Amino acid sequence: MSNQQPIPGSETGLLEGELGEERDAVRAGGDPALARRAAGPKRPFRFGKWFAATGWRHLVGLVVVAFALFPVVFVISSSLNPNGTLTGSNALFSQIGFDAYARILTNPQVPFTTWFANTLIIAGVTAILTVFLGALAAYAFSRMRFTGRRFGLITIVVVQMFPQMLAVVAIFLVMSAISDWFPAIGLNTHIGLIMVYLGGALGVNTYLMYGYFNTIPASIDEAAKIDGAGHARIFFTIILRLVAPILAVVALLSFIFSVNEYVVASVILIDTENQTLAVGLTKLVSNPRYADWAAFSAGAVIAALPVVLLFLYLQKYIVGGLSAGAVK
Amino acid sequence: MSTTIDEDVATGSATPPTKRQKRAARIADAASGGIRSILVKLLLLGIVDAIAVYAILVLALSQDWLVLAIVAGVTVLVNWIYFSRRTLPAKYLTPGVIFLVLFQVFVLVYTGYIAFTNYGTGHNGSKEQAVSSLMAASLERVPDSPTYRVTVVDQLGTLGLLVTDPNGDASLGTTEQPLQPVDPSEVDGGKAVAVDGWTTLQFSDVIARTNEITELAVPFSDDPNDGAIRTPDGSSGYLYTSNLEYDEAAGTMTDLSTGTVYSDIGTGAFTAEDGSEILPGWQITVGFDNFVRAVTDTRLAGPLVYVTLWTFAFALISVATTFFLGLFLAIVFNDMRMKGRRYYRVAMIIPYAIPSFLSALVWAGMMNESFGFINQVIFGGASIPWLTDPWMAKLSVIIVNLWLGFPYMFLICTGALQSIPDDVNEASSIDGASAWQTFRHIKLPLLLVSVAPLLIASFAFNFNNFNVIYMLTNGGPRDTGAPIPVGFTDILISMVYKVAFTGQNRDYGLAAAYSIIIFIVVAVISIIAFRRTKSLEEIN
Repeated sequence: MSNQQPIPGSETGLLEGELGEERDAVRAGGDPALARRAAGPKRPFRFGKWFAATGWRHLVGLVVVAFALFPVVFVISSSLNPNGTLTGSNALFSQIGFDAYARILTNPQVPFTTWFANTLIIAGVTAILTVFLGALAAYAFSRMRFTGRRFGLITIVVVQMFPQMLAVVAIFLVMSAISDWFPAIGLNTHIGLIMVYLGGALGVNTYLMYGYFNTIPASIDEAAKIDGAGHARIFFTIILRLVAPILAVVALLSFIFSVNEYVVASVILIDTENQTLAVGLTKLVSNPRYADWAAFSAGAVIAALPVVLLFLYLQKYIVGGLSAGAVK
Repeated sequence: MSTTIDEDVATGSATPPTKRQKRAARIADAASGGIRSILVKLLLLGIVDAIAVYAILVLALSQDWLVLAIVAGVTVLVNWIYFSRRTLPAKYLTPGVIFLVLFQVFVLVYTGYIAFTNYGTGHNGSKEQAVSSLMAASLERVPDSPTYRVTVVDQLGTLGLLVTDPNGDASLGTTEQPLQPVDPSEVDGGKAVAVDGWTTLQFSDVIARTNEITELAVPFSDDPNDGAIRTPDGSSGYLYTSNLEYDEAAGTMTDLSTGTVYSDIGTGAFTAEDGSEILPGWQITVGFDNFVRAVTDTRLAGPLVYVTLWTFAFALISVATTFFLGLFLAIVFNDMRMKGRRYYRVAMIIPYAIPSFLSALVWAGMMNESFGFINQVIFGGASIPWLTDPWMAKLSVIIVNLWLGFPYMFLICTGALQSIPDDVNEASSIDGASAWQTFRHIKLPLLLVSVAPLLIASFAFNFNNFNVIYMLTNGGPRDTGAPIPVGFTDILISMVYKVAFTGQNRDYGLAAAYSIIIFIVVAVISIIAFRRTKSLEEIN
């Protein structure tokens, strides 16, 4: 909501609040006039009026927060539970200990740290290269006029409707053919998976970036050109810095996408020690012989923490990107 | 945006630049690029070309001429693009486009092709590969085989046999390459022990690689019916022949022990008269067989119908529930006087920030029928079959997807509500409209205009929302009546995945045929989306 949210206290914000309150007061069965008066300053606190105006909103808020957070509370509680079973995790915060964290990090049968590192490498490299490839293409579409430009843009919009996952069978067969010639970039390699993800780099993100590139005035390019800068220098030293916010958004969305991606990753990465968190943890808990729920919860907390923190830290940028059509 | 950097490539420039202008532009361009950037460019292109040359060599060795031609063509094109002065946009587009074409466009087209083949377990390669693997699998030692004295030799990791036949003639061959006469470089007591270009394995190496060596079967000649030389100990070899006989002219396989004749009747496997097949077979195009099978085979048609219906229902209900909850919350929290809205917002975003595969796995644990938190604590020890009853599992999937999706809808609805200009409210209240009327007849339509494209995108996303289905219920409960591993909460994409990659038999052809169904639905959705949003017309 970076740009759209009215500043609290400003006229817009107050007006919005007034009208919203009136609407809600009507729905709550109260008299709008009364409710409006209740908003005035310096009057004795009266619960009924407070409740009709904003109190019930807090009630809704509490219910929703409980719904939103109870799985989170559950998983944190069970990760702190030294007792490993699912049943033992039901008494919330009955025991506090970090045994489960130690177990998931050191269990030789479960290469959790390797999965974590694989995920960071694959998602990180994919994010950086996706941003780079997308920015190159967006620069061309935004700043140059050439035959096939409109066709190229339309193709990209159309192609992004078909996620790669739909072609997973063909991706697997193409990658196994590549394995026959070049095992180093074929099945069961991180480079192979990253290459597949890069296939989606242009489709999803170029249009998002293209819009943002268009907001940078072209007079900047012209000034630099008059000063003798070539196209590459304009791109790398001037434009890339001006569009940094959209680069951050695309990098983050791409990162989260790769962390979450299961279908292609599970097909391409065969050996356990090559897999990502999504593939490894899913196979771990679906194995009926694995009963250490606490260790899984600890792993889930460790895995989710960086993504959640990154997300909350960059949320105002992400929300802007979301409205532009990126769906997680 | 009508300005261009490089007028040379402008298609619509009014007057073509004069010769002088062109020369001036060239000089300016050359002056701007430093020697360093030229070096970087040369270095990068050098690396690309080196990799390409290596790739071409590898492809030449395996004689894949078509792929080789494509790689060579692309390499030449890339070099031309980066050395020519007239291809500025292509310099920026090429890197992304190469990946896009290979891993997005080509694979979609290739999926279409696979749908018309019998690709899958038992039908993986060409007919020649099927014949040689059938022959190799049925090799048996010829009872009165002469003893061939052999030496195991190695060339870059490939094992070969240096065979000295009873007459004292030496020949060399590998699994791929039938025996051919050679001149041994060293002969020890009538037995050839070394040959130029190959390393003779020492006794300790033979012990270390026993498994590889005993697996080695060197064809006696080009005709697979002549059998192969195998060695059980690395020093003496015997002739093994297959108990299948392949008649290339008639295209038949005869089982010598039973006398059954299997012939190629165009189904991609050698088939006997009673219909029994010997596998592996080979890959052929089968026309519309996969589609016909999916629709007319009653055991497949049933699952296809309910999976398709459920996919639509799941996507529609998910969009509707998340949108209405999100909109309701956006209205509730869109009040400037309410304190602490920021904290509510952060708490509500958390489900959206957690990677969805983790959330779904945690929910699966909580919904466990006998031990889960929901049954044990919230419902006080009830045993509600959240994930094991066909209908309850559907409900659970919807609930979990609501949990995963409502924050997104809350965020976009809040944004849309706040971007509606406030004079709308003013005008309607002056005209005497109630707050509800203002909302229902003015704000909601305005909101829908900006949110509708996102709702369509959300539908398309949920249509293929693999993670929530696969991690939560794994598509289950399993439909035991179906010959493919499909369950009652499977959506089309998870069914594609399971048919192709899980279970005993991988059926790529059928899976690709199911993918085609998704293509068609997605294409229809995108046409509707583009019609509504007119986003394509905005591209100038």
